[in-house]
Amino acid sequence: MNAFQRRAMRLTGFLRKESRQIRRDPSSIALALVMPVVLLFLFGFGVSLDIKNVPIAIVLDDRGPDARELAARFSLSSYFDPVSVHRLDEARQLLDRGAVDGIVHVQADFSVRLARGAAAPVQVLVDGTDSNLAQLVQGYTLGVLNLWSQQRAARGLPTHLPAVTIQQRIWFNDAVNSTYFLVPGLVALVMTLIGVLLTALVVAREWERGTMEAILVTPLRPGEIMVGKLLPYFVLGMIGLGLSVALGRVVFGVPFRGSPSVYLLLSTLFLLASLGLGLFISAATRVQFVAAQISIITGFLPAFFLSGLLFDLESTPWPIQAISHVIPARYFVSASHTIFLAGDVWSILQWDALFLGVMAFVLIVLAKSRLGQRLER
Amino acid sequence: MSHSTDESVSDRSGEPVLCIRRLHKRFAPKGGPPVEALQDVSLDVRCGEVVGLVGPDGAGKTTLLRIATGLLVPDSGTATVLELDSVRDTLQIRGRIAYMPQKFGLYEDLTVQENLDLYADLQGVEPAARASRYARLLEMTQLETCADRLAGRLSGGMKQKLGLACALIKIPELLLLDEPTVGVDPVSRRELWRIVYQMVEQEAIGVLVATAYLDEAEKCHRVVVLHEGRKLDEGAPTQFRERVRGHTFVVQPRQGARPRAIQGRLAGQPGIIDATIRGGRVRVVTHERDRAAVARAIPAGLAAGIAAAEPTLEDAFMKLLADARSSRSHADLPAAPARMAFETHPRQAEPEIERGAAAGGAVHTRGLTKRFGDFTAVSEISFDVQRGEIFGLLGPNGAGKSTTFRMLCGLSRVSGGEVRVAGRDLRRAGSFARQRLGYMAQQFSLYGQLSVIENLRFFGRAYGLTKARLAERIEWALEEFDLRSHRDATAGKLPGGYKQRLAMAAAMLHEPDILFLDEPTSGVDPLARRDFWRRINSFAESGVTVVVTTHFMEEAEYCDRMLIMSQGRELATGTPGEIRALARTASHPDPTIEDAFIALAEGAAQPRGTGGSP
Repeated sequence: MNAFQRRAMRLTGFLRKESRQIRRDPSSIALALVMPVVLLFLFGFGVSLDIKNVPIAIVLDDRGPDARELAARFSLSSYFDPVSVHRLDEARQLLDRGAVDGIVHVQADFSVRLARGAAAPVQVLVDGTDSNLAQLVQGYTLGVLNLWSQQRAARGLPTHLPAVTIQQRIWFNDAVNSTYFLVPGLVALVMTLIGVLLTALVVAREWERGTMEAILVTPLRPGEIMVGKLLPYFVLGMIGLGLSVALGRVVFGVPFRGSPSVYLLLSTLFLLASLGLGLFISAATRVQFVAAQISIITGFLPAFFLSGLLFDLESTPWPIQAISHVIPARYFVSASHTIFLAGDVWSILQWDALFLGVMAFVLIVLAKSRLGQRLER
Repeated sequence: MSHSTDESVSDRSGEPVLCIRRLHKRFAPKGGPPVEALQDVSLDVRCGEVVGLVGPDGAGKTTLLRIATGLLVPDSGTATVLELDSVRDTLQIRGRIAYMPQKFGLYEDLTVQENLDLYADLQGVEPAARASRYARLLEMTQLETCADRLAGRLSGGMKQKLGLACALIKIPELLLLDEPTVGVDPVSRRELWRIVYQMVEQEAIGVLVATAYLDEAEKCHRVVVLHEGRKLDEGAPTQFRERVRGHTFVVQPRQGARPRAIQGRLAGQPGIIDATIRGGRVRVVTHERDRAAVARAIPAGLAAGIAAAEPTLEDAFMKLLADARSSRSHADLPAAPARMAFETHPRQAEPEIERGAAAGGAVHTRGLTKRFGDFTAVSEISFDVQRGEIFGLLGPNGAGKSTTFRMLCGLSRVSGGEVRVAGRDLRRAGSFARQRLGYMAQQFSLYGQLSVIENLRFFGRAYGLTKARLAERIEWALEEFDLRSHRDATAGKLPGGYKQRLAMAAAMLHEPDILFLDEPTSGVDPLARRDFWRRINSFAESGVTVVVTTHFMEEAEYCDRMLIMSQGRELATGTPGEIRALARTASHPDPTIEDAFIALAEGAAQPRGTGGSP
């Protein structure tokens, strides 16, 4: 056997061992395959940034057919769950109690003014405690009113609308569906879990159980240990990715407007950066518990909060924005949103790819320098 | 670069495979004084030679082995392995040596065969050569029937043998073993050594083995004694033994006198280096060749006779350490002191309310059984332990000792039978009984990240000690267990002997009446073991009941009575004398407890009990 054959034998042996361990360890399977499904369903169905069935009170001081038609619009809308109330102060009580999130008040002279062609006032009161929800309720209420008046205008009926209307346009996510926004970002979370947490745990486990000491004193080279650890978890991460994307497409109908090959490139770079971080953490701490803690603090939490997955980074204070620039997930979430919802927009993707590539390289080099052939560094 | 097995053995024999020259290594732990792990140590290992590296905990044995493998870099000095430098040529060396670390490096979630495959791949064993190699290793280790079993499901002894098989997957030129028999029962220990010597005879490999067990070192061709990082001496075991000829005696107790009483009197007397109980007699090592010193130290009426004894390596080792101490007048060494710390144990003065009334004394079991599903881990065990008695639970790994123990401590539910501890039924009065008992688990179960003093404070408070009482008990523990010098050291980084003392201190803080010790001396060197038994003795004298598990058969001699179990069943119960008598035959008139145990385990001796065995 020549040196090359021996090297290949060592590497395949190590890879075989690693994949056997993954297959026998329920926790790695759970993290790689069950976690994506759970997260997707949780976020896809449970955590929605859209409004649906918001309770509002409708006060009709004018009982004319026009007013009732307008009220019916709210009943028909899937965004609202209206209750009819006879008097405004009654509605206010409901609002104070938190039973409704908004009030639509159609005033007594509504029909009269409408028939005259004058602006017919409709008062909208919104509970401002949850500012996010308040804005949404306001926007959706106006949307219903606008639609109603537009349709009246189309039928040649007088409307209350002023001449100028505010046109709202939503690009890329024309359904204004937050699932479309969340699912691509979630993929980053799933891959962070596999890449950082799982990898950090498995290497630290080898130190804890003393197997690292034993395999170091074999001809196995540190570089081979690196490859032997990177490759299986890379495959596992890619399976997690595929599963997440498939579920997103099939169950939630998320569009995919870019090209799969570009997405594969970006996710490869991101996964390598995550694996590099995971290996570095475990080589530096050598204790599973500490490795898990550090992985969550430096990998999972930033991927959750500082990646733009949940919150728009543009609207955060500048220190947070500054920190987010060293989080690999930030670039991957940006790239995912672009590829899923917009397409291969290279002006955005080239920077994401560049940063991810540099991070992957730096982290893997760092990890390798820590994973030497000796116990002390 | 790989040497074939049939290469002429005689040619290589005697060639040095490892040369250690003037090695120095210092560790600087965070928040502690630097430790001189090795100071000016030199040694050689030649082909076909087994060299034993012996020494107490913290002597530097593991550090030396790790330097030889290139895992650590020495501060100065060299380690030359097969004419290669351990630092410069690390990777070249690693293809030619084998190393079994203390935690033997097995993957517990892989099967026996898969572990062998992995190491064969890593060591570059030719695929064509594998089948015969595997067959031979499995046969040697008697693991043929377990090839498809997960390594994690093997018993401790089997794991150890598999670890050795993995290390030997490619015949190495130098084999380094770090305490290979820690936690292994006597039967497995004998097998492990048989494999090593077989390899040495057939392949002429060189072996360097670190061990705390001197009976094992006795079988080595040469022994190097390390102590606190320095080499004290080296030579063949016979040379060591000859040096103490005339210093060793054996005291035969008079009929009815307990050997422990004599041993207790002798230990720590001026002129006496060591006193241990062996085979119902007391072995003594003296400073001078002076039989009279022994006679003087024993009160009249206890001894029937004092005879010169054949010296052992252990005797020589004890004398070496004693000499090293006196020559350096080291005050910080825990020299086995004579002081019986528990002579004024406050519990003794207390009126005995429940103890006298409790049927069966301190611990009472009848038909104790534990089932896990279909598997019966402990089956129908019955015994009684009297107050102030030292009671041993003996058996190989997997015999059910620890399970029995957990039931006694109320940590595990009883499936059948009866247990009373301190007169209380544990199923009804668990927490009450627990206040009265101290428990030291087999694994180090203190907080590794906390310091010694923080651990003691925590456990003291957990047992409800407060303020002045807590401070007083902690002072007592630091003093009694010689922990003061390591007061602020991180518990997880203490050497084994210190960990064991700290664990015992934590279990004794609340002054329990009954002390449960699960394998307390596993992996602990002979010095620390003596120290430990001295303490146990003094606790027992002051009325504390001690229940202890051990697989060191010689330690069973320190017990008043013992129960030997195997596969969950009771094999025999009795005093050390009664147990030894079980293995007595015409050809073997003076068996040790280990002989008796092996005979019982192999079914050669007829199990007989004095304490309610069926």
